[in-house]
Amino acid sequence: MTMSEQISKVTELATSLSGVAKCRQDFPCLAQTISDHPLVYLDSAASSQQPLAVIEKVVDYHSHDHANVHRGVHTLSHRATEAYEGARDLVQTFINAGSRSEVVYTSGTTESINLVAQSFCRPKLAPGDKILITHLEHHSNIVPWQLVCEQTGAELLVAPINEAGEVDIDNLFRQLESGVKMLAIAHVSNALGTIMPLREIIEKAHSLEVPVLVDGAQAVPHISVDVQELDCDFYAFSGHKMFGPTGIGILFGRETLLDAMPPYQGGGDMILEVRFDGTTYNDLPYKFEAGTPNISGAIGLGAAVSYLQTVGMHAISAHEHELLQYMTGQLDQVDGLRLIGTAADKASVQSFLLDDIHPHDLGTILDHQGVAIRTGHHCAMPVMDFYGVPGTARASLALYNNQDDVDRLVAALTTAKEIFR
Amino acid sequence: MIAQSQSQEELRDLYRELILDHARSPRHFGKLDGATHSAEGINPLCGDKLKIYFSIDADGRISDAKFEGSGCAISVASASLLTDTVIGLKTEAALDFFSAVVSRLSGRMEDGERPLSKVDLGKLIALEGVKEFPSRVKCATLAWHALNSAIRNESETVSTE
Ligand SMILES: Cc1ncc(COP(=O)(O)O)c(C=O)c1O
Repeated sequence: MTMSEQISKVTELATSLSGVAKCRQDFPCLAQTISDHPLVYLDSAASSQQPLAVIEKVVDYHSHDHANVHRGVHTLSHRATEAYEGARDLVQTFINAGSRSEVVYTSGTTESINLVAQSFCRPKLAPGDKILITHLEHHSNIVPWQLVCEQTGAELLVAPINEAGEVDIDNLFRQLESGVKMLAIAHVSNALGTIMPLREIIEKAHSLEVPVLVDGAQAVPHISVDVQELDCDFYAFSGHKMFGPTGIGILFGRETLLDAMPPYQGGGDMILEVRFDGTTYNDLPYKFEAGTPNISGAIGLGAAVSYLQTVGMHAISAHEHELLQYMTGQLDQVDGLRLIGTAADKASVQSFLLDDIHPHDLGTILDHQGVAIRTGHHCAMPVMDFYGVPGTARASLALYNNQDDVDRLVAALTTAKEIFR
Repeated sequence: MIAQSQSQEELRDLYRELILDHARSPRHFGKLDGATHSAEGINPLCGDKLKIYFSIDADGRISDAKFEGSGCAISVASASLLTDTVIGLKTEAALDFFSAVVSRLSGRMEDGERPLSKVDLGKLIALEGVKEFPSRVKCATLAWHALNSAIRNESETVSTE
């Protein structure tokens, strides 16, 4: 790269960074005070705020276009169907799925994972078969597998993590080699922020013919996801963590696999023909979408995808990466603060403990200064057990956060130390 | 900076010296051998988990009380203050404290509780800071609900959810 190329690259990055920083004003919920302090929202990993573009899209749909989808000949039903299916196309492009049949609407990550456990795995599992997960999974990528193990007599294996919060890849590979029927793994850990080296892991799994489900709930809002490049078999995520509404999510599934799977639930929309002597199921993806769906949620999710594409996933990642480094650095300088989750490759999240202050007390003290963080076990109790703590405080970043937010967090922690001195 | 000082004041009111003292050095902490009554209290939201033990003699007097477990400063301090308060009391008097604390902190009476008596809360007043923090009332009342269930010999585990 020549000097001038380098300079233009740097300026490009700088402009895109300031572009991301400006996004904050798109989020009405952030413009308020809590206990008379301007809100600092550092809990996007639990649920992110919605930009006006999403809120307005949903209001507009409810105000002008609402009807049931796929059912009416009338104009409103047509409009609703167009908007609902249009959002599916947006999601398909966003994650680069090979076809729109591979994009199934669900109520969220949790339902997506349960669908795969019940419809893809359960019919194949026999007593003694093994399913592999990792130690840092969210409860929703643990319990659905425990259920299917109980139902079939299969066994759940767990790949361990190290002190930094990284999965022990050698161990994971050894367990894969020992013969497992399924690997289910997070893309990004919600409690620790660890980014998993998925390309390498999926390649290994596939060389052993092990199908892979990726829990992408914490990845999609932060890093660019290309399901074809990852070559995963299933990819699950939630609308409400990527600036869309609650109650809507996606299951991406490889078409050949989805095709061979029995339906997950029965009802309207998932059938072509119903007779008492037998029913013909609908084509993909509708086979997995029984009943009237969350139409406005899907439309809102589509708007969130458009928003993310306009800002640009690469610009978002760069902004957040820099901010996470700043935050971790600042937190590390707070006397008595212990960082939990120090993997080399991380996104968006930093868990920590301060002195012997219980995380719940910390959460209250910060909230009273307008700083919203999550405290507790983050639906990852095995991770808490690993570190021998009842819970942690967790600050999580999104595209709308900036250095001021981090400074306010650190100042609020100083107050907590004074109160507990 | 009026806001600053007001919210700091409310925080200091929540984390009063007495509360911090009991949270740091809980009284009557540990398992009570030979307990006649016990109950566990769980607050799933923050992971507080306390077990509280009582020795109640034949004429209904609490001769000893202890608790163990882990939790936030508010729930531990409250359990510690509880044990300090009820040792030596008749169970009815302890239940009066339960009713008084719960109604005082949550600002309401729960179904089936005794009417608010003229109980003098004494140092338990220190718990009153939680009134400004609705999400923390459960922490402050956790041990008291466990006391209620232990004395009434109800279920082993009470949950705040
Ligand atoms: C990594 C991860 N997986 C799964 C979930 C569950 O998502 P939802 O509750 O939207 O189904 C979450 C949300 O907390 C998560 O962070």
